[in-house]
Amino acid sequence: MIGEILNIAFITGLIGATMRMATPIIFATIGEILVERSGVLNLGIEGIMLMGAMTGFLVTFISGSLWVGVLAAALVGMILALLMAFLSVFLGLSQHVSGLGITLFSSGLAMFIYRLHFGSPVIPPIVQPFTQVAIPLLSKIPVIGPGLFDQYMLTYIALLLIPLISIILYKTKIGLKIRTVGENPLAADTVGVNVNLTRTLCLVAGGALMGTGGAFLTLAHQNMFLIDVIGGRGWVSIAMVIFGNWDPLKGALGAIIFGFLDGLQLRLQGLGFRVAFDIFLMIPYLLTIVVLVGVSRKASVPAGLLKPYRREEKGG
Amino acid sequence: MISIRIVKREPLPGWARILIPIAAIIVTLILSAIPILIAGGKLWKSYYFLFYGALGTRFNLLETFVKASPLIFTGLAVAFAFRAKFWNIGAEGQLLAGALAATWAGIYFTGVPGFMLLPIVMISGFLAGGLWASIPAILKTKLRVDDVVSTLLLNYVMIHIMGALLFGPLQQPGSSWPRSSEIIEAAKYPMLLSKSRFHLGIPLAFIAVLIILFINKKTIFGYQSKAVGVNIKAAHFGGINTTSVILLTALISGGLAGLAGVGELCAIQYRLIKDISPGYGYSGIVIAMLGNLHPVGVLFSSLFFSVIIVGAQTMSRMTGVPYYIAEVIQGMALMVMLVFLLFTEFRIRVLRK
Amino acid sequence: MTENKEQPVVQMRSITKRFLDVTANRNINFDIFAGEICALLGENGAGKTTLMNILFGYYTCDQGEIFIKGEKADLSSPKDAIARGVGMIHQHFTLVPSQSVLENIIIGTDSGRGFFLDLRSARDRLLEIQKRFGLQIDPEARVWTLSVGQQQKVEILKSLYREVDILIMDEPTAVLAPSETVELFKTLKHLAEEGRSVVFISHKLNEVMEISDRIVVLREGEVAAERKTGKTDVRELANLMVGRDLLERIEKKRITPGEPVVEIEGLTALNDKGLEAVKNLKLLVRKKEILGVAGVSGNGQTELSEVLFGLREPVKGSIKIGGRLLRAGSPVSAINLGMGRIPEDRIETGLLMELTVEENFILENHVSPGFHRSGLLSFNKIHQFSDHLIRGYGIKTAGRDAAARSLSGGNLQKLILARELSGEPTLVVASQPTRGLDVGAMEYIHKRLLQEKERGAGVIVISEDLDEIFTLCDRIVVMYEGRIMGDVPIGEASREQIGLWMSGVRK
Repeated sequence: MIGEILNIAFITGLIGATMRMATPIIFATIGEILVERSGVLNLGIEGIMLMGAMTGFLVTFISGSLWVGVLAAALVGMILALLMAFLSVFLGLSQHVSGLGITLFSSGLAMFIYRLHFGSPVIPPIVQPFTQVAIPLLSKIPVIGPGLFDQYMLTYIALLLIPLISIILYKTKIGLKIRTVGENPLAADTVGVNVNLTRTLCLVAGGALMGTGGAFLTLAHQNMFLIDVIGGRGWVSIAMVIFGNWDPLKGALGAIIFGFLDGLQLRLQGLGFRVAFDIFLMIPYLLTIVVLVGVSRKASVPAGLLKPYRREEKGG
Repeated sequence: MISIRIVKREPLPGWARILIPIAAIIVTLILSAIPILIAGGKLWKSYYFLFYGALGTRFNLLETFVKASPLIFTGLAVAFAFRAKFWNIGAEGQLLAGALAATWAGIYFTGVPGFMLLPIVMISGFLAGGLWASIPAILKTKLRVDDVVSTLLLNYVMIHIMGALLFGPLQQPGSSWPRSSEIIEAAKYPMLLSKSRFHLGIPLAFIAVLIILFINKKTIFGYQSKAVGVNIKAAHFGGINTTSVILLTALISGGLAGLAGVGELCAIQYRLIKDISPGYGYSGIVIAMLGNLHPVGVLFSSLFFSVIIVGAQTMSRMTGVPYYIAEVIQGMALMVMLVFLLFTEFRIRVLRK
Repeated sequence: MTENKEQPVVQMRSITKRFLDVTANRNINFDIFAGEICALLGENGAGKTTLMNILFGYYTCDQGEIFIKGEKADLSSPKDAIARGVGMIHQHFTLVPSQSVLENIIIGTDSGRGFFLDLRSARDRLLEIQKRFGLQIDPEARVWTLSVGQQQKVEILKSLYREVDILIMDEPTAVLAPSETVELFKTLKHLAEEGRSVVFISHKLNEVMEISDRIVVLREGEVAAERKTGKTDVRELANLMVGRDLLERIEKKRITPGEPVVEIEGLTALNDKGLEAVKNLKLLVRKKEILGVAGVSGNGQTELSEVLFGLREPVKGSIKIGGRLLRAGSPVSAINLGMGRIPEDRIETGLLMELTVEENFILENHVSPGFHRSGLLSFNKIHQFSDHLIRGYGIKTAGRDAAARSLSGGNLQKLILARELSGEPTLVVASQPTRGLDVGAMEYIHKRLLQEKERGAGVIVISEDLDEIFTLCDRIVVMYEGRIMGDVPIGEASREQIGLWMSGVRK
């Protein structure tokens, strides 16, 4: 058994599965970090991902183009994020409740539209999914090469997003504005930064990433849309934001660890252990909670998170 | 240039508090016309079947009450937790925990005298839900783990625990499906009205509303839990043991959700299946908000939701509008209610320059 | 010195601003001239800050016009004001603690190339400004590591970096040690000499007399008077500000203190950053004695009060109240030992703003035998208790069922006072009891605290306001960096001595 686990094909396969399973979480985690650094908790993430997954699938099914599907998913993510911005930023409603509202609404909407178009077929419709793209030379590196460098285009994009968002947050003017809006909106306002506009833009950009992450699941990881396709990955991403202490690099690392656990349980299932597969499916969620226990005490939450910003609060 | 600002307003009179949910429901129903029309449904026909399906016949009306029972329990569960700002998004998992415990008791406690079994089944369901909810409460109070995230993740853990048991020890002998054996007769809820599924769980839900109302208004614990929800720092300053208040709140909240699961098992399904809840726990969140976290509000919004859920089935059959319209309406109802609640405290001011 | 015939750099004409039912500014005309330090004097709630927030573009006025440097200015956000050279430093600093000084200063200035920040040239520019004005701060330091005085310098640099020539400062000395105040005044005078204008918001008469060239007094949202500083005195200003003679002191009875009510021994406590904020502190207060704890903010007073309230667990030391040990970190213990607690942050710590007045009254004693029977609240008794307190303390409210948030600041503090004193405490600890209150409410609170002393309680008043300490106390201690710098009976205390101790100078 041990030999079976440690052979090279298994490890290469595991690396590949890790990156595959991590991709949607990286998209969503990075998107959520961007949003939370500006001071908004977007609990709409799970619903936005589901709408992204459905839209990506549906548009690809109709248009025949995977990339058009991905773009449509990103666009839908942005629209739902705008709705979130209207509720939680413009109206200043509770971010918790607005986000949950978005998730419930989008989940219902995703199923509604899917049924509207496809009815209730016995065999679910499928699309021709993305194929892996091997990077010349790098993919020939033994063991890790085929795992890391023979991946979906969206996986490469997710990996490129990690440094990109880091640079935006820490090295650019807009990044400094975002961080200040998230830490002390009043400070940002008094130097002429438009707090609510900044938050809205972050929500919209984050929504695009969440939608894309959802689309990966129906256009690359699988080739069909099922009701539980997201399966809590949005909530896992929220946990990864905390795990990563609101830093894109560490958050993505958390996403990759989750991807590893998810990939491992898939692989172990494949080896045919005689344990109910539900036990394996449970492990990533359980470990995410354990990890949260480890990091939550020293988490440095953006000080402006959850606080809507209104200028004229003075009552008397 | 025009700029729009949101500013505080004078408090609204008391009647507005009652009128606002009603107005929110009317606006939601108007907005629902959009997806109905997109789905090609004829508007008046669709609304007719929506309400006919829910209220039109004796059977339909009683079915609406049947559907309301779990919704009242999960709605109360969420409202009770939210009132203390314990963000329990885990009513779904707690419902499953309750159903699981009730299954176990209902199958294996055959030695217990018949009249004792039902109370035991209910208590074990309540405790299972309550204990499952107390995990995130302990994580929150002792280790500062965010309750939103932990309650959500625990839903998935519970789904898989249930899955593992349904493919394992709880699986009906000889079956290859993920389902348990049937619970014994004495563990089933009695049916209270003939030719219907109007069961014990329905009056129990109404009684639960009264009990929670009583706890909220009259007891020390109700006061403390409200104080913790409003300002936990001040509650601590005032000598309230905030940790135990949150724990007890979680226990009761999870227990109520657990009772929703007991009802579905002991009155509807009689055996545990994976799909025992079509998301009652999540609907509970919307119901709690729509009911403004007030037990009586929860009662009425549950009834409204069960009208939508039950009616949508008939509407879907008769007009071809997908059944998931019910969930779209739920989501819209929450958002409309949020906006309406906001305008009880604020108003929009348009500035022209 | 400026002559009035000169053209003002700022003209505010007929400014009116309303909040719900309160008119914060009514028909105010206000000018600022180049090169002057103009004091805006008035008691809390007079509308000073509101008026300046309008000039800063933070609020929009309901009526009126503003001209800056001769041009009509439509200010819809601080950005517009900054662009016209108006900067404002609020009482609560608008800094991000986790970011560096440099980041805090350059945010929103759009310096640098295109998309990216150019920290290097921004730093050079900042260092140049620092040199010119003698405001030395390490640009790389994280703001949370700085003292309050240093943070204020960052705020000033933030304005100077934006080439502000009209600088508004809202109660800038409230958080400073006397020596830091001297330094600040030097900086402000330097700014005025360069031809810039400074608006100095304050309610402290002596300070205004010292720093300003011209004084505008606001009362109840209107301009009460305008004076050249050289042509007025403290007594006249007090009259203008309050509408009656402020300098009349509350009568303080001489009572010989009794036995000790609180004994603090070797107390050491950490602040939120994990640094020692209270160091090996020893303190004793007797019955019928008011002890004043003076000091510049951030010298451990907050942590000391939190330890006393049972909100913060000390790392070492003991507190005995009436001879019995206070259980560390237990608010219940503090309540049971008979401590009346008036927290400095009343809204955050002391009140349930969303609940009713009555629900606030019973926060601490709803578990006491009189108010419940086997877990059920006895509303008849609670109603009686609430009505009794509302009457006894003259709390202005629609009734016991009114939401706490509908009360004014002064009445909220009375609410806390009523709750905390209703049990006839043996020890009263009041932290910043009158901060932000108007003169009427302040006098009422002072009178009540003196009554408590006469009744036989020991009282600790922690305050940054030296006037308050001198008005109320029988004995003064000064806290500096977590230690007691000095301990002196009121009769032997001089302001100079106390000021030196507050700056950490031991003579």
